[in-house]
Amino acid sequence: MASVSHSFMKLFRGSSTDSAGGIKTTHSAQRLTRRSSGLAELSRAFKSEEPLCILDIGYTSAANIRYLTERGHKVYSEDLLEASTDPALVVNDERGQPILDSKRFLAENLVFSAAQFDIVLCWNLADYMDESLVKPVVARLWTTLKPGGMLLAFFHTQEAGPDAPCYRYHMVSSDTLEMQHIEARRDQRKGPARAGHTPAKSGFRLQRVFNNRHIENLFRDFTSIKFFLTRDNVREVLVVR
Amino acid sequence: METQKSAEFAHIGKSVIIKGELSGSEDLYVDGVVEGTIQLQNNNLVIGPNGQVRASVHAKGVAVQGKIEGNIRATERAELRKSAAVVGDIFTQRIAIEEGAYFKGKVDIQREAAKPLAVSPAKSESHGEGKSASTPVATASSAGGSAGIATPVGSSTVVTK
Repeated sequence: MASVSHSFMKLFRGSSTDSAGGIKTTHSAQRLTRRSSGLAELSRAFKSEEPLCILDIGYTSAANIRYLTERGHKVYSEDLLEASTDPALVVNDERGQPILDSKRFLAENLVFSAAQFDIVLCWNLADYMDESLVKPVVARLWTTLKPGGMLLAFFHTQEAGPDAPCYRYHMVSSDTLEMQHIEARRDQRKGPARAGHTPAKSGFRLQRVFNNRHIENLFRDFTSIKFFLTRDNVREVLVVR
Repeated sequence: METQKSAEFAHIGKSVIIKGELSGSEDLYVDGVVEGTIQLQNNNLVIGPNGQVRASVHAKGVAVQGKIEGNIRATERAELRKSAAVVGDIFTQRIAIEEGAYFKGKVDIQREAAKPLAVSPAKSESHGEGKSASTPVATASSAGGSAGIATPVGSSTVVTK
């Protein structure tokens, strides 16, 4: 029965030690650290004196916002995976199969002016997003990037297996990421029946595995593409518009 | 979760719907629905867990537990609790985002207002890496001012809890 004033002050005073401590422990227990060559390459751009315009389309990460704003850059955050679970996106195709309405999705998301961003942090989105949205999203990202702008994406290799957990990525240094398993944010995570990302309880499921040729095709409108192989069955890809 | 009225600030209960301009000079707790604008300049705004705000908001501090669709301009601090869902841009000096909060928009960390007397004009450059939140920069617009080498927007503090 806390009074409004009590909770009000608590909000602005910061969290109490026990709750903050509890969460911290949980988080540190769940987080893994990995080195990222793609991020290391990208970090050269972060040193730019000019403030950059950066779009993070992964799960909302306070760490990323902090990391980038501390360096004077502007950060846009849009959780596309979460947005793709909006039940309103589900429509039936001509055969009556449920699919996601990519036009509607793009009308409601990634609505930015052309050539707005210097960098897009795509993380592992393409691996977990519904098939029907991947190409349209990449095409939209191409238009929102400035010429010379860069996009960082991660793709699992075949060895990762179908149960590869979906992680969110937090930047902790110029070449290090913390990975945190994504759990369902809301219960109404219902997409089309066949959409594997929709089970609510256990988070998102890997939708497919892109091989190198698929990845090159996906980014064929970009001017260059660089692969970084890692030990954890993930390929990091840095593409330049 | 019962809340009770307090003399310290205004309280908009969860059954209340307000459309229009809301302004005041006391702290405000919104647990109902507000559409329009909220202007509290020197006071704090809390959007409670049941709060649904479709408004641009300007306050000293803004804490969100519910939903807001609109831009947030917090002169001191913005805080998104884990139940928060924010769609809009945030302009503030400091921001705290709890795990689980949903945010779609831009974060623009703004420097503290320049104070009239800079402490040591020559040192401002070497603060580049500093994480301290307060690095006021002597006004930059006058062309020749050597001290104010357009320091990037450096004073951000994002806290994950």
